[in-house]
Amino acid sequence: MPGKLKVKIVAGRHLPVMDRASDLTDAFVEVKFGNTTFKTDVYLKSLNPQWNSEWFKFEVDDEDLQDEPLQITVLDHDTYSANDAIGKVYIDIDPLLYSEAATVISGWFPIYDTIHGIRGEINVVVKVDLFNDLNRFRQSSCGVKFFCTTSIPKCYRAVVIHGFVEELVVNEDPEYQWIDRIRTPRASNEARQRLISLMSGELQRKIGLKVLEMRGNAVVGYLQCFDLEGESGLVVRAIGTACTLDKLSSPAAFLPACNSPSKEMKESPFNEDPNPNPHSSGPSTPLKNQTYSFSPSKSYSRQSSSSDTDLSLTPKTGTGSGSAGKEGGPLKALLRQQTQSALEQREFPFLTLTAFPPGLLVHVGGVVSARSVKLLDRIHNPDEPETRDAWWAEIRQEIKSHAKALGCHAVVGYSESTSICEEVCILSASGTAAVLNPRFLQEGTVEGSLEQRIEENLPVGCGFCHIPYDELNMPFPAHLTYCYNCRKQKVPDVLFTTIDLPTDAVVVGKGCLIQARLCRLKKKAQAEANATAISNLLPFMEYEVHTQLMNKLKLKGMNALFGLRIQITVGENMLMGLASATGVYLAALPTPGGIQIAGKTPNDGSYEQHISHMQKKINDTIAKNKELYEINPPEVSEEIIGSPIPEPRQRSRLLRSQSESSDEVTELDLSHGKKDAFVLEIDDADAMEDVHSLLTDVPPPSGFYSCNTEIMPGINNWTSEIQMFTSVRVVRLSSLNLTNQALNKNFNGLCENLLKSLYFKLRSMTPCCLCHVNFTVSLPEDELIQVTVTAVAITFDKNQALQTTKAHAEKSLQRASADNEEMLQFPLELCSDSLPSHAFPAAKEHLESASSNSGTPAAQRAVTVEKASPMGDGNFRNRSAPPCASSTVGVVKMTPLSFIPGAKITKYLGIINMFFIRETTSLREEGGVSGFLHAFIAEVFAMVRAHVAALGGNAVVSYIMKQCVFMENPSKNQAQCLINVSGDAVVFVRESDLEVMSAQQPAVNCQPSCTGEVTT
Amino acid sequence: MTSELDIFVGNTTLIDEDVYRLWLDGYSVNDAVALRVRSGILEQTGATAGVLQSDTMDHYRTFHMLERLLHAPPKLLHQLIFQIPPSRQALLIERYYTFDEAFVREVLGKKLSKGTKKDLDDISTKTGITLKSCRRQFDNFKRVFKVVEEMRGSLVDNIQQHFLLSDRLARDYAAIVFFANNRFETGKKKLQYLSFGDFAFCAELMIQNWTLGAVDSQMDDMDVDLDKEFLQDLKELKVLVADKDLLDLHKSLVCTVLRGKLSVFSEMETNFKNLSRGLVNVAAKLTHNKDVRDLFVDLVEKFVEPCRSDHWPLSDVRLFLTQYSVSVHSLDGFRHQVLWDRYMGTLRGCLLRLYHD
Repeated sequence: MPGKLKVKIVAGRHLPVMDRASDLTDAFVEVKFGNTTFKTDVYLKSLNPQWNSEWFKFEVDDEDLQDEPLQITVLDHDTYSANDAIGKVYIDIDPLLYSEAATVISGWFPIYDTIHGIRGEINVVVKVDLFNDLNRFRQSSCGVKFFCTTSIPKCYRAVVIHGFVEELVVNEDPEYQWIDRIRTPRASNEARQRLISLMSGELQRKIGLKVLEMRGNAVVGYLQCFDLEGESGLVVRAIGTACTLDKLSSPAAFLPACNSPSKEMKESPFNEDPNPNPHSSGPSTPLKNQTYSFSPSKSYSRQSSSSDTDLSLTPKTGTGSGSAGKEGGPLKALLRQQTQSALEQREFPFLTLTAFPPGLLVHVGGVVSARSVKLLDRIHNPDEPETRDAWWAEIRQEIKSHAKALGCHAVVGYSESTSICEEVCILSASGTAAVLNPRFLQEGTVEGSLEQRIEENLPVGCGFCHIPYDELNMPFPAHLTYCYNCRKQKVPDVLFTTIDLPTDAVVVGKGCLIQARLCRLKKKAQAEANATAISNLLPFMEYEVHTQLMNKLKLKGMNALFGLRIQITVGENMLMGLASATGVYLAALPTPGGIQIAGKTPNDGSYEQHISHMQKKINDTIAKNKELYEINPPEVSEEIIGSPIPEPRQRSRLLRSQSESSDEVTELDLSHGKKDAFVLEIDDADAMEDVHSLLTDVPPPSGFYSCNTEIMPGINNWTSEIQMFTSVRVVRLSSLNLTNQALNKNFNGLCENLLKSLYFKLRSMTPCCLCHVNFTVSLPEDELIQVTVTAVAITFDKNQALQTTKAHAEKSLQRASADNEEMLQFPLELCSDSLPSHAFPAAKEHLESASSNSGTPAAQRAVTVEKASPMGDGNFRNRSAPPCASSTVGVVKMTPLSFIPGAKITKYLGIINMFFIRETTSLREEGGVSGFLHAFIAEVFAMVRAHVAALGGNAVVSYIMKQCVFMENPSKNQAQCLINVSGDAVVFVRESDLEVMSAQQPAVNCQPSCTGEVTT
Repeated sequence: MTSELDIFVGNTTLIDEDVYRLWLDGYSVNDAVALRVRSGILEQTGATAGVLQSDTMDHYRTFHMLERLLHAPPKLLHQLIFQIPPSRQALLIERYYTFDEAFVREVLGKKLSKGTKKDLDDISTKTGITLKSCRRQFDNFKRVFKVVEEMRGSLVDNIQQHFLLSDRLARDYAAIVFFANNRFETGKKKLQYLSFGDFAFCAELMIQNWTLGAVDSQMDDMDVDLDKEFLQDLKELKVLVADKDLLDLHKSLVCTVLRGKLSVFSEMETNFKNLSRGLVNVAAKLTHNKDVRDLFVDLVEKFVEPCRSDHWPLSDVRLFLTQYSVSVHSLDGFRHQVLWDRYMGTLRGCLLRLYHD
C-alpha cells in the first residue's frame, strides 16, 4: 500500500441555481479516485454551501496515483428524480508525488461543465502520504520531475543530460465508440476528458520509468501531444530530455545563479581547438529523393554515410575541452571515446532543449527535418501503439542520418508534430544538427564539470557558428568564409536553427520575427491517391517556404534564423505552410548581400523600368530595415578576414523551383549584382506575386518588436510588466476562383492583420516586445482557415535599452563573452545593484516592499509604468479606494517563456497539463462562435491559474496551448472546442523583494519563496 | 475572405477605458468604431479600420461577459475567470454605476417599476442619452434599491458594502434610493432649476435627521423611511402660527435681532407671518404621504419663491433662517423645542441649498 490520498471538501461558492422554485441549490459532492467514491452530505438550499467534510482517504498504489486524476463532481440533490450534475473538477495529483514540489493542493477550483462552462467554485484540500517502496520491479516512477521548460530550469543544475525519451499510448476515442450514439454529449465529453487524463498519467509514468532506467531524475523539455485520429483511435505521445538535476541550495550558488532571466549559470563558451581539423574526405553519397530536409542554405536530402562523417567529427568533439591543460592527454583520449560511445549508445541522440547549460553546445550544423505521409485507415492493429511507434522511429532515423550528413552527432531543439485530415496524417520532426560537448552527456565525469570555468583563450561567442562538417566534403553547396569574429574557423553565410539564440552569441542590432506563409491547392482525393498527391506537393512547399524565409531574411539585412518552426497543415483541398523564426545578425557570419531582381525579357523597355522600380523598392526596404533593427556591423576589410573559399561559381542563386530548366542559369548575368547578392528572377506572374508579397510585410509600429524565441536579441532590460494572450481567427475563403495566388494573398493578409491587431491592442504597453510568438494554422473545414497565436508582451525600458545595446555593441568585439553575458542576462540585477536610484524610483521600491507586507501579492502591484496600460495600476493611485477593493483572488502570471522578467523563480511545483472540451447547443445565445470561444479560452486560463494557485504557486512558465481544435455547425446552433495546455507551475519572487529580504536576513536561501506567495 | 471568428484573450483582461465609455454610453459596435475613427486613433496608431472594428468587438464582448458580474460587484472580486487588477476592477464598477445628471433628474423620486421603464423611451428622446444607457442606469437604480431597501444599518454603508462604490457615488445612490422610496416629487416645472446635487444634499440631511436611523440604529429600513412618529409629532408645531400671541412674539424676537442687519428687512417684516405660516404648515402636513411627496414643491412655493421675488440675498436668507429657528427657544409658551430643532435644523440646511436661481 504505497500511498494514501486524502481529500477534504471545504466549501462551494457562486453555485448556479438548480431549483427554479426556490432559486437555490441542494448541493453535495462526490469524490472519486480509481474505483472508490466518497460523498459529502447534502447542503440544503444554498448557493454557497459549507460542507467542511471529513478527510476522505484513498489507499492506492503509486502506479494509480500517477495515472489517475482525482475526480470531484458537484451535484444537486433531487429527492424525486435523478441528481443533476453541476460540474466537475479534475485534479492531477502528480505534483504531490515528488518531494521538492508542492506538499498540499488547496484552494478554490472552478467547477467545470463541458456544456455550461464554469459554474461556481469549490474549495478542496488534497494531501498524499507516500510510503517507501522497496519493490525493484515497480511500475511507477514517482519522484521523476517533469518540466515543460526547454532549458535547464532555474534553481537546478544539470549533472548529466541523458538524452531523448519518448513514449506513445493509444486508445479508442470515446467519441467514436458505439455507445456514443446513445449517450449525451456531456457524458461523451467527460469520457474523453477522463480518458485523456488517464492516458497522460500513464504516459508520464512510462516516460518516468525510462528516465529511471537511464538513471536520471527528471525530464526537461517535456512535450506531450494528442492526435485525434478519429476512427483509428486517440494517440497521446510525448518526447522529452532525460536529465539528472541537482537542486541548487547553497545561498551563494543559488542567488547569483538564478538572477539571470534566461540562464541559470554564467556561460563560458566552449574552447575551440584552434588547429584546423584534419580532414578525412570521402566521396559524398548520392542524393536520394524520398525525404526532404533543410540545411543552412540549400535543400538537400541524403542518407547516412557510414563512418566517414564520424571520423571527421571526432577530433572536434574530442578536443572540445577548454580545460585541456588540466585534463591532459590520456584523459582527452578517454573523453573522446566516451563521447562516441555515449552518443552511439543512444538510439536517437536528440535533445528537446532549445537553450543549453554553458559549454554544452559546441557547433551548430543547421536545421534538419523530415516528414512523412501516412494513411490512418491502414493501421493493422489500431489499438496497439506498434504501428505509430514504427512511423516515428522511421522519421527519427531519418533525422539522425541528416544530422550525420551535416557532420553532427546530435540533434537539439528537437520537436515532433502531426497534421491530420480525415484518414491522412503528416508526421513531421525537426531539429538542429549540432555537435555537443560530451562531458554533460555521461555519468562519472569530473564532478562539478559544469561549474568549471574556462578562462583562457576564449573565442568570443562564435564557436557555435563554426561549421561542424567537412569543408571539402560539404553535404550541400554553401558559401564559407572565415569567421568574422575569431577569424580562425569557417562559418557558413547563413545559419538556420530551431534553438534559442545562445546567450553568449554576439549579435549586431535587434532581431525580428520572420514568417514564410504559403498555400497550395490540392485536389480532393481518397486514400492512396490523396497521400500521393500530398507527398508530391510537400517538397515544393518546403522549398518555397525556405525560399521565402531566405528572401525575407535578406530583406531584413540579417544572416541567421533562430527558433525556426515550419508547420505544414493538411486540409481537404489544400496544404498550408507556415514558418516562423527570429532573424538576427550574427557578428560571426558575413554580411548578407542584397536581393537582385532579374527580368526575363531584357529588351522590353517598360518592363525594364518596372524591374528597376522594384529593385529600388527592395533596396530601400533593406536600408530601412537595417536602420530599424540597428544593424550596423563594424566594417571589416577583406584582408583581415582572408579570402573566401574559392568557389567555381556563385552559388547563391535562387530558383523558383527545382523543376525549372537549369540552362537558364547560365544565361543569367550575375555580374551586375554585387557579391553575394540573391537574384530573384521574375519570369512569370507567380514570381511577381512573390516579390510583391515580400514587400507587403509591414514592420511593427514603433515601440514594438517581435520574436518567436525566448528573448529578443538586442533587448536586455525588461521591466516587470507582462501580458500573455491567445488570439484566434477563423476566416472563410470564398469558394469562387480559388487560385494559389489568391490563397496566398488571403493567408498573408490574415497573418499580417492578426499581427497588426496585436500591436494595436497592446499599444499602451510600448515600448514592448512580443516574445515567443507562436502561430498555429489548422484547416478545420473545406474553406476555413484557423490561425491561433499565443505570445507574451513584455515591456522594457527604452532609455536603458539604448545605453546597453550601445555598450554591448562596443564591447562585443573586444571583450570576452563573460561580460557580454552580464549585459545580456543581468540587466535588472545590474542596474538595481549599481544604479538603484536611477533604475527604480524610490517610490516604486517603497510600494513594492510595502506590498509584500500586506496580504496582497507583490505581483499585483508591481507596475513600473506610469501611464495607463492594459495591466495599468497607474491610474488608480489618484482615485479614492472603495472599501472592499482588496481582492481575495491572487494574481497568477502566465508566460510561454521559461522566466519572469524582474523576478526569480524559487520553486518548481510541478507540471500543469490540462485538457478541456467545451460544447454548446445554443451557439447564438452564447454570442456566436466568437463569444463561445472567447469565454472558453478565458475559462481555460482561469482553470490553469486556479490549479497553480492551489499548488501554492504564483506563475506558470513555459506555458503552451498545444491544441485548440474548434468545430462549428452554425445551422444546428452547435459548436465544440478542445483545448490542451501545459506549463510549469512555479513560485517566483520579485527581485526587488528579494533584495529587501536578503538585506534583512543575510542567511536566507530558499526561504524567500514563501513570502511572495499568493494567498488563496 | 470573411472573418468567422476573431478573438483576443489576455491572461490579464484588457480594459480600454475609451471603449468602455462608449459601451456604457450605449453605442453599437459600428457607432463606437465610427466615433473612435473620428477621435483620430487611426492616424495616431497607424491601424486600419478593420483592426479597430475587431478591437472594438473584442472589448464589447468582454464587457458583455463582465456585465453579469458587475450586477453584483463583490462577485467581480471573487470570480476566477477574468484576471483584472484591483484598480481596474474598481474602475469598471465605478464607471458602470456612474449615471448621467440629465437622466437622474428625470427619474429621481419616481417609482422604480416597470411602468417607469416604459417611459425610458421618452427620457431617451428628451435627454439624448441612448436607450441602452438609460436602461443600464435605470436598472442600476432599481438593483441598488432592491438590495438595500430592507436592510438594517446605514444606507450609505450598505450600498458601499454591496456595490463597492466610492464614497461619493454611494452617497448619491443613497439619495436616489431615499427619493425613490419616499417618492418625492422633483419633476414639476418650478423644481426644474434644481440639480441632482441639490436634492442629494437634502436627502443626506433628511436621512441623518428625519429617519428612524436618526434615533435608533438597530431598525430595519432605518435610513430609507422617514420617522413616522416624528412626522406625527410635527403637528404640534402648528401652535407657532395658530396662536396669534406666539406668532407675534416670535416675529418681534426675530425683528429685534435682525433690524439693521438685513438689506431686505422691511420685506422680511411684512412677509414674516406668511413665511412662518408656510414653513410650519409644511411640517404639519407631513403626516400625509401625499404631502410628503410634495415637500420640495411646497418648500419652493412657500419659501424660496416669495424670498426670490423680493430679491433676498442668500446671506439674508441664512441670517433670517438662523434667527427664525433660534428665537423659538425664547418662546416661553412653546414646549416642543427638541422637535422644532429636529425639524428646522434640517429644513434650514435644505432651504439654503434650494435657494438659488
